Amino acid sequence: MRRLTPYLLALPSWMWLAIFLVVPMVAMASVSLQTGNAIDGFAMTFSFSNYGDAIGRYSTQLVRSLLYGGMATVAMLVIGYPVAYWIAFKGGRRKSVYLFLILLPFFVSFVLRTISWNFLLADNGILFGTLKGWGLLADDFHVLATTFAVVGGLTYNFLPFMILPIYVSLERVDPRVVEAAQDLYATRAAAFRRVVLPLSLPGVFAGVLMTFVPATADPINAAILGGTSNTMIGNIIQTEYLTNLNYPTASALSFTLMAVLLVGIFVYARALGTDNVLEAAAR
Amino acid sequence: MNPRLRTRRDAFRIAGFSAAGLALAACGVQGQKAAPPKADAVQDFWSKQTKHGKVVFANWPEYMPEDQGPLKQFQQATGISYEYKEVIQENAEFFGKSEPVLRAGQSLGYDIVVMTNGIQLQNMLQLGYVVPLDHSKLPNFAANAGQKYKERSYDPGNKYTIPYTSGVTGIAYNTEHVKEDITSIQSLFDPKYKGRVGMMADAQEIGNFGMFALGIDPEKSTEADWRKAGDKLKEQRDAGIVRKYYDQSYIDAVSKGDVWLTMAWSGDVFQRQLAGEPVKFVVPEEGGTIWTDNMLIPKGAANPVDALMLMDFLYQPAVAAELDEFIQYVTPVPAVQDLLREKAKTAKGEDKKALEDMVDSPLMFPSEADYAKLRGYTPLTNKTQQVFNPIFQSITQA
Repeated sequence: MRRLTPYLLALPSWMWLAIFLVVPMVAMASVSLQTGNAIDGFAMTFSFSNYGDAIGRYSTQLVRSLLYGGMATVAMLVIGYPVAYWIAFKGGRRKSVYLFLILLPFFVSFVLRTISWNFLLADNGILFGTLKGWGLLADDFHVLATTFAVVGGLTYNFLPFMILPIYVSLERVDPRVVEAAQDLYATRAAAFRRVVLPLSLPGVFAGVLMTFVPATADPINAAILGGTSNTMIGNIIQTEYLTNLNYPTASALSFTLMAVLLVGIFVYARALGTDNVLEAAAR
Repeated sequence: MNPRLRTRRDAFRIAGFSAAGLALAACGVQGQKAAPPKADAVQDFWSKQTKHGKVVFANWPEYMPEDQGPLKQFQQATGISYEYKEVIQENAEFFGKSEPVLRAGQSLGYDIVVMTNGIQLQNMLQLGYVVPLDHSKLPNFAANAGQKYKERSYDPGNKYTIPYTSGVTGIAYNTEHVKEDITSIQSLFDPKYKGRVGMMADAQEIGNFGMFALGIDPEKSTEADWRKAGDKLKEQRDAGIVRKYYDQSYIDAVSKGDVWLTMAWSGDVFQRQLAGEPVKFVVPEEGGTIWTDNMLIPKGAANPVDALMLMDFLYQPAVAAELDEFIQYVTPVPAVQDLLREKAKTAKGEDKKALEDMVDSPLMFPSEADYAKLRGYTPLTNKTQQVFNPIFQSITQA
C-alpha cells in the first residue's frame, strides 16, 4: 500500500491532464485529419494533405508570427533583464513594491490594455498630435497599423513574464559570490559576464519560454494594432475556426504551430545547454 | 537493458498507438443538416410550449436605450421579467461560439438572438438551429411591419425571423481632413488618400464594395465577378491605399482622424454626429449595402412563448419609435416616421433639431429612389461560401 501512496496522491493531477490535455489534443488531432464542412458534417479520412494545404496557404503568416514573436522576445530580454537585475540587487527593502508595480497592469484585461495603446498612439492623439502641433513630426507620421506597433504591443503585454523568472534566478545569486569574483581581480563587467549571467541563465530560459510561445500565437495585438499586412497565425486560426468553420484547417494550423514551437524550443535548449534547461524545469 | 522489460514496454507502446489511432478515428464532428420542415412543425412545436414569465434577450451593443424603456414597458404590460445581454459583437464570432453548443443539442441560454442576414444566419437556418415562428401570435408584426420587411429573400414568409432593424453600409469621412464632397466609391480607391482609407474585414461587406466599384450587382454576382472584385481590392491594398481592415473599431478611427474615409454603417455615424464629431455619411452613387438584423428564437430556448411575445411587443409603433430614436438605423415599422414627426413638433431646442434631422434622414427612412441604389449581400450556399470567403480573406488577412 505504502508503495502505491505516491501514485494515488498523483492521481488527481493525472486525471486532470488526461481530461483537459490529452482528450482535447486527441480530438483536435482527429479533426485535423478530417474532411467535410460544418453543414454536412466532417468525416475521418486521414487526410494528411490538410497539413500541406494549410501550411502552403498560410506560410507567410506562420513565418511572420515566428519573426514577430522572436523580435518581441529579444526586445523583452533587452528591456527586462536590466529591470530584473536592478530590482534583485538594488531593490533593497522595496523589492516587493517594485514587483507589484510590474504586475499592476495585469489587473486590467489584456484586450483593454491593448486597445488603450490605440488611444495613446492615435495619429492625432495625445502624444503624436501634440508633437505634430509643435512641428516635431511629419504630418503623415504614424505608428499604429505598422509592424513596430504589433511587436511593441507584444513586448509590452508579455514583459512581466520575462522579468519575473529572471528576477527569481538573480535573486538567488549570493552577493558574496560577486564580491569573491571581484576579490579575485575580476572587473565588474567580468564578474557579471562570468558569474552573474551564467547563474541567471535558467531564469532567462524560463522567461524566453514563457514569452516567445504566447507572443507567437497571440491574435490580439495584430488585430488591434496592426495594419494591412501584419496578420499573424493566431488571427488565421481564429478566422478558420469561428468564421469559416473550417475546423480541419484550423486544427492542422494549430498543430503545425505547436510543432514548430517545440522544435524551436529544443534547438534553443540545446544551444543553451541541457543542464540549465533541466535545472530551470525543476524549479 | 532488461529484454523482458523492453518487450513489455513495446507492448504498451503498440497498445498506446493503436488506442490513439482508435481515438483519432472515433472523434468526429457530425453533420446536422436539418431535414426539410414538416408542414405541421409550427403547430408541433408551439402546442407544447407555455409561458414562463421570463425572457433572456441577447443583442448587440448600443441597440437598446440605456434606460431599457421598451423592455420595462414590456414587463409592465405582461408581467414577464427580462434579462438583457449585450453579448453579440460580430456574427461570425457569435455563431462560431454558439455552433458547437447548438450542435450538442444544448441551450445557448438566450431566448431571443439578433443576427444579420449574412452567411451565419443562413447556416443557422440550414442547420435547423432556429425555432419556426407562430405567426398567429404575432399580430403587431402583421399589422405594423413595412411590406419590404415581410418579403425577405433569406427567409421567405418570415418563417424563422422577423427584423429588428436595418441599416446601410456606405462611406463615412472625416470632414476636417477631407475637404471635397465624397460621392463615389472610387474615392476609396483614390491614391490621393494613400494610407488613409479604412475597409471592413468582413468578407461579404468588402466583397460588396469591390463589386460596386466595378458596377457589379452583388445579389446577382458569379464566381468570376468575385474574382474580379478580389483583384480590384488587392490592387487597392498593394498600392498602400488601405490603412487597415476594420471590424467595429473603424468608427473610432475615422472620428479621431486615423483614417480619413472608410466603409461604415449609417447608424454608427449618426450617433457620432449627434456627439458633435466631424464625420459625414454618404451612400456612394455606385451603390450601398442594405442589411437587416433579425430576431430569432434559437433551438433549445427555455422560454419561447415569452420570447415571441416580446418580439411582437417591439412591433408596436410607439415602442418601435422609442427604439429607433436611440438606434438611428432603419426601422421595419414605417409608422415610426410619423410618430417622430409628431414628437418633433412638441420638442424644444436641440431635441427638436435632432428629431427633425432623423425624420428627414434618407438613411433612417429611405425613399424608393434610395432603396433602388441599395443591394443585399451575395446569396451564398454552403459550397459557394467556401469559394467566396477565401477570395476576400486572402486580401484582408494577407
